[in-house]
Amino acid sequence: MKKHISNFKKYRFLLGELVKKGVTLKYRHSYLGILWTLIEPLLTMIVLTIVFGSLLHRSNDPSFPIYILSGRLMYSFFSNSTKVSMKSIRSHSSMIKKVYVPKYMYPLSSILSDYIIFLISLIVLVGVGIVLNVRPTLYLFEAIIPLIILPVMCYGIGLVLATFSVFFRDLEYIWSVALMLIMYTSAIFYPVERIIENGYGWLLEINPLYNVIVNFRNAIFGQPLDMRALELSLLYSVGFMILGLVLFYKKQDEFILHV
Amino acid sequence: MKTAVEVSNVSMRFNLSSQKVDNLKEYFIKFIKRELKYTEFWALRNVNLSIEKGDRLGILGLNGAGKSTLLKIIAGVLKPTEGSIVVKGKIAPLLELGAGFEPEYTGAENIYLYGAVLGYPKDFIAEKYNEIIEFSELGKFINVPLKNYSSGMKSRLGFAIATIVEPDVLILDEVLAVGDAKFKKKCEAKIQSMFDKGVTVLFVSHSLPQVQKICNKAILLEKGEIIAVGEIADVSRIYEEKTS
Repeated sequence: MKKHISNFKKYRFLLGELVKKGVTLKYRHSYLGILWTLIEPLLTMIVLTIVFGSLLHRSNDPSFPIYILSGRLMYSFFSNSTKVSMKSIRSHSSMIKKVYVPKYMYPLSSILSDYIIFLISLIVLVGVGIVLNVRPTLYLFEAIIPLIILPVMCYGIGLVLATFSVFFRDLEYIWSVALMLIMYTSAIFYPVERIIENGYGWLLEINPLYNVIVNFRNAIFGQPLDMRALELSLLYSVGFMILGLVLFYKKQDEFILHV
Repeated sequence: MKTAVEVSNVSMRFNLSSQKVDNLKEYFIKFIKRELKYTEFWALRNVNLSIEKGDRLGILGLNGAGKSTLLKIIAGVLKPTEGSIVVKGKIAPLLELGAGFEPEYTGAENIYLYGAVLGYPKDFIAEKYNEIIEFSELGKFINVPLKNYSSGMKSRLGFAIATIVEPDVLILDEVLAVGDAKFKKKCEAKIQSMFDKGVTVLFVSHSLPQVQKICNKAILLEKGEIIAVGEIADVSRIYEEKTS
């Protein structure tokens, strides 16, 4: 354990450099730069609000765009970060073959640079909240909890995916199908009451992301945390983290033979 | 004498599969049909080696003898299937320079990135920053993205960054083909100055005269096993007998 900590300290600077690289290179050659992080969710929010607001007769509800945006921002962090960390071992294959670096750094730096972009994109949420006059309450501080649980969960899932994708190339396609199912069961653009009434609440609860989004929204809309969702999301994040670390450590020495 | 590198009972096994199974569908089909067969290949077998501090060890052997595998294991890139490695002090593998260079980054940004890859602390790089630029002779090109560099410029930068440390163990592979004749001389002078400070050297080459020039000791590998170890003169005699 002590060995791991001192090794982490030695490569802490590398982690910072890799995170910086992930963030800066994403926008280096685009004219609008980091603004894309803000424009893209804003545009999707507008379209989703118009379409689903009319369908569900909630066009005049000022909280509906916030409802959509909060779910949508969390989902896009979840989907981007797990995808990038899944590919992180193979995209750094030339480095892995040539120089020793603790391998968990690759998925970790992918998650962290996406997390920074995600935190920046939360500015949109604040902006839309101000424009639509949705007043935050003290419950907003609860948001810290889902905001910590989410990256841990993504790192755990990312480690599992990174390990398997070294050996099985088709995992990328399987995961994109899974991500689509996760999106539709994350209640991004619909209210959940009718689904729960019909007895399909379990379909939402087995989705790790849904439980995180529930509590993030509770914090925004001034409600206490949903304890069941909190327990489930903790269970998922700790579970995936342990599974991911065990798998990754067991297989990491073989990566170099397959990338 | 203190030992700088201790290699004990190292074996390295590779699984060579006749067909590469790299997707789940094929894996399950082959698994059910019990067609998942691997042929084992031992690149190294029970290698024991202890290198004393200040020794300059040449590693000789024909193609496929396991030289590169051994160096990669000592550098920490590969983990041996069996056995263990202890390296005392700082190790500088000048094997493949510029691993981790980012083409979109400028030379200056790459100094920090590659320095971090090699495990240098941030203040150390900041302190040596000007020295690196000076040695690489890149001048004003240092602020140009690396993708616009010539291959000579890239390897000059890589060499300048990799040799900025004062290592205890230096790993060299073949001739370092870095830039033009003038820069090559500069590199050789740099490496010579490290030798003078008493660095431990591991050197792999097919050219016997080169090994004889640099090294004082040598080992000879054949099919993953050490078949001779000792003073350079003795080992090179055996090597000559083998190759003639």
